[in-house]
Amino acid sequence: MMMILGIPAPLLFGQLLLGVVNGAFYALMSLGLAIIFGMLNIVNFAHGALFMLGAFTAWGLLNYAGIGYWWALLLAPLIVGAFGVLLERLFISKLYKLDHLYGLLLTFGLALILEGLVRNYYGSSGLPYRIPSQLQGAQNLGFMIMPNYRGWVVLAAIVMCVITWLVIEKTSIGAKLRAATENAPLVQSFGINVPLMITLTYGAGVALAAFAGVLAAPIYSVNPNMGANFIIVVFAVVVIGGMGSILGSIVTGFGLGIVEGLTRVFYPEGSATVIFVVMVIVLLARPAGLFGRAH
Amino acid sequence: MSLSRRALLGTAAAVPAAATFRSARAQRPVVKIGVLTDLSGVYQDIVGPLAVESTRLAVADFGDRGFDVEVLIGDHQNKPDIGSNLVRQWYDRDGVDIVVEGGSSAVALAVSGVARDKNKAYINSGGATSDLTGTQCNANTLHWTYDTYMLAKSTGAAMVKAGGNSWFFITADYAFGHALTRDVGNFVTQAGGRVLGGVRTPFPGTTDFSSYLLQAQASGAKVIGLANAGADTINCIKQAKEFGITTPLAGLLMFISDVHSLGLDTCQGLVLTESFYWNLNDRTRAFSDRLWKRMPNRRAGMANAGPYSSTLHFLKAVQAMGPAEAKKSGAALIAQMKKMPTDDDVHGQGIIREDGRKIHPAYLFQVKKPSESKGPWDYYNLLGTTPADEAFRPMKDGNCPLVKA
Amino acid sequence: MMGFSRPQTAAFWLMVAAIMIAPAILYPVFLMKVMCFALFACAFNLLIGYVGLGSFGHAAFFGMGAYITAYTAKAWGWTPEIAILAGGLVGGGLGLAFGWLAIRRQGIYFAMITLALAQMNYFLCTQWDFTGGEDGIQGVPRGNLFGLFSLKSDLAMYAVVAVVFVACFLLIHRIVHSPFGQVLKAIRENEPRATSLGYRTDDYKLMVFVLSAAIAGIAGGMKALVFGIATLTDVNFPMSGEVILMALLGGMGTIFGPVVGAAIVITMQNYLAPFGAWVTVTQGVVFVVCVLAFRRGLIGELAARRRLSL
Repeated sequence: MMMILGIPAPLLFGQLLLGVVNGAFYALMSLGLAIIFGMLNIVNFAHGALFMLGAFTAWGLLNYAGIGYWWALLLAPLIVGAFGVLLERLFISKLYKLDHLYGLLLTFGLALILEGLVRNYYGSSGLPYRIPSQLQGAQNLGFMIMPNYRGWVVLAAIVMCVITWLVIEKTSIGAKLRAATENAPLVQSFGINVPLMITLTYGAGVALAAFAGVLAAPIYSVNPNMGANFIIVVFAVVVIGGMGSILGSIVTGFGLGIVEGLTRVFYPEGSATVIFVVMVIVLLARPAGLFGRAH
Repeated sequence: MSLSRRALLGTAAAVPAAATFRSARAQRPVVKIGVLTDLSGVYQDIVGPLAVESTRLAVADFGDRGFDVEVLIGDHQNKPDIGSNLVRQWYDRDGVDIVVEGGSSAVALAVSGVARDKNKAYINSGGATSDLTGTQCNANTLHWTYDTYMLAKSTGAAMVKAGGNSWFFITADYAFGHALTRDVGNFVTQAGGRVLGGVRTPFPGTTDFSSYLLQAQASGAKVIGLANAGADTINCIKQAKEFGITTPLAGLLMFISDVHSLGLDTCQGLVLTESFYWNLNDRTRAFSDRLWKRMPNRRAGMANAGPYSSTLHFLKAVQAMGPAEAKKSGAALIAQMKKMPTDDDVHGQGIIREDGRKIHPAYLFQVKKPSESKGPWDYYNLLGTTPADEAFRPMKDGNCPLVKA
Repeated sequence: MMGFSRPQTAAFWLMVAAIMIAPAILYPVFLMKVMCFALFACAFNLLIGYVGLGSFGHAAFFGMGAYITAYTAKAWGWTPEIAILAGGLVGGGLGLAFGWLAIRRQGIYFAMITLALAQMNYFLCTQWDFTGGEDGIQGVPRGNLFGLFSLKSDLAMYAVVAVVFVACFLLIHRIVHSPFGQVLKAIRENEPRATSLGYRTDDYKLMVFVLSAAIAGIAGGMKALVFGIATLTDVNFPMSGEVILMALLGGMGTIFGPVVGAAIVITMQNYLAPFGAWVTVTQGVVFVVCVLAFRRGLIGELAARRRLSL
């Protein structure tokens, strides 16, 4: 058997691939956070809870309405996104003139409410959600058996990241959005409805989290805490990447997934800590993050 | 769990639940039982509401023998500080005489200390750590249903005998996981097998075990030992199937509720140990039918059923001593319980050792194929029985300070 | 007295009287819990209320204080006052490390970095042998104060907790009203201006971060002795969230606010405990209501309406 650094090569490749799968989730989540932060200047602590809500919506669609995975992949982000629009209008929009810290506190409160309610109604032991029939089975890659569904997760995440990036960087909507981030009053004076744009941006960021939630539902058991643990790691990803850049959040997301995967081979106990260690190192070397602009 | 039931359980915890039989005369003596369990967390199916119901069934089966029995309910949320805090208030303020069920290993050790400090009684059923009757034992605590030693001996030794002589462990990285890995490892090497390696997975919070399973497979071991419980075990089994891992898995702590939620299709052929199965003999079937009437559509596993057995024995001891004596000192009450042989529908006849260990046989089961199962909850084939006097760690090896050398 | 304004003096003596009378009426263990958390909230408030630094990782200092006190009291048999002091020192030391990294960034970045560092500390606590992992450190003896007076009875312990609480409370008040505290407020209001006046603002921020962490460690150490247990709950993230809630609800930047906030939050937890996750929901609702309608907190609003300084 071929060995790399004392580790059997097949094992190493397998872990790298699994790291990419996890990285896909990090990328989708930090992308949503980056968009919301760029436009609203709000760190959305409720992002993890909304990710969880996406998974529960998929579960609910199946169990209450008989709507399967593929429709859920479209409907759940729309439903949760609409819910996000509501949250923005009712609560978050009241805070734009205040210190950023209040946005963090408010969304943290919202996360507690959402997670608490779901736990009350569904318990915390988790609900099962099956892999859709088209994606069952696995491919033998020689060095490992790759379940089809995990491959799909990576593909879907990359496609979604690319679409988002294209919309923001290459379309006129994206151009207005970027302009509004730089100077909202100026863009408003051109007759563009900036408050509406802000609301819809929040909805879109939230929809990305819900999309990730639906993708995660068949892999992880659908439970109320699935987002709470996740969000703190994603925060670290965001600090590492620097909040300024869309591309930065995507690249950092995938990169850290791979770093984590490698840690699982060399030092499994450290796999939960490694991202934070990377964060400390990056902070020492580049306080603004890898892709961030110092200001 | 529905809102109404939670609210009901909540009220039951806030206000002492109505006694099953309450006499019109107010001056009758009252003994109070606190059921400390997991009502909302990852172990709620393993213990939880069904353990509460089996405690109530024991009170009903015992009948009216001249004193009243009140049952209080509390949720420890799997946190030792919350559990011990609640029990302290029960003992100090609510006049609770004994706590039963009492949660996972960490909670158990904490509550046992409170029982000793307040000289009250405590019988653990859901916890696994064999330290409770070893170095951490005390005169106010009994350990009832199972422990890591029993699981290790029954499952570990049997798998080696069946040819699984090299092992790789996936261990939940906390005290219970370490103890289970250590105990199983000892039996494997004693039986002539080898431990090839293992990984410790962060606990709690690991949901994706695929990379650990790949490492286990790459090690070339013949058995992958799962030294974890509840959702972790379920995820390991599910993901092993997803990644086409053919190495046999040994679920070292599994309950019938885990098999039920995974389904026979995924679980078939798995080997596991319990000290109780509802369809084992006439007595267990009779007990299970009575319990079914109170809480239909679920069958009890050993940790659900244990509180029935321990509560019944407690009530017998109260009757033997008289309620006034029994309420005076937890240590005296526990001593009385150790003197009396046990006999109930869950574990049959048994005894309680000086170190607080209740002993009874351990059963090795194999999960049936879907085609073998005749109906819902018909899940196990009995593979073997470890007799009561061999199933638990010999007293001299436990280093319990209560046992005089 | 000690730089207290007149209403503050009245409120202070009211608080002291309440501390002395309460154990005759209420369960002393519950009251000790309130005081431990009130001190924790005051320590947190020192940072957010007077320097404007919102830490989302304060559980790390509280929890490490609890672990160190529990470990030294149990394994090494240290007397309670030394063990609590050790908890405070280690809390402060950890604060030095966290602070040194975190003050490189401000505002929400500061919050996210402290959160991530605290989470890293939490994972380390699950790994280290001395913390007992998931079991925690259990059966911690309360010991004998100065090696002389047994704290086994709840009332003896209560007296110690009350004295430490009042002493630390006064210490925080002194810090805030000293010249050092004036510089802190200048940094909160306008950091570039404070810098231009020649103050090395980063040094000031770091110093107050360490102080806050050390007092949080003392609070954690006391809690470990009261309950005889130190566990992962104390270092985990929800604990950081709770202390923020206490300060926010009572009033950030007021000296009595965190005490009132802590008393309300702990009482709420006690009565809602049997209702499972409703505690979480209620806390979330309090957060949202406070941020939207009550940003000055209960004491802050009271002070503003009555034009008092509390």
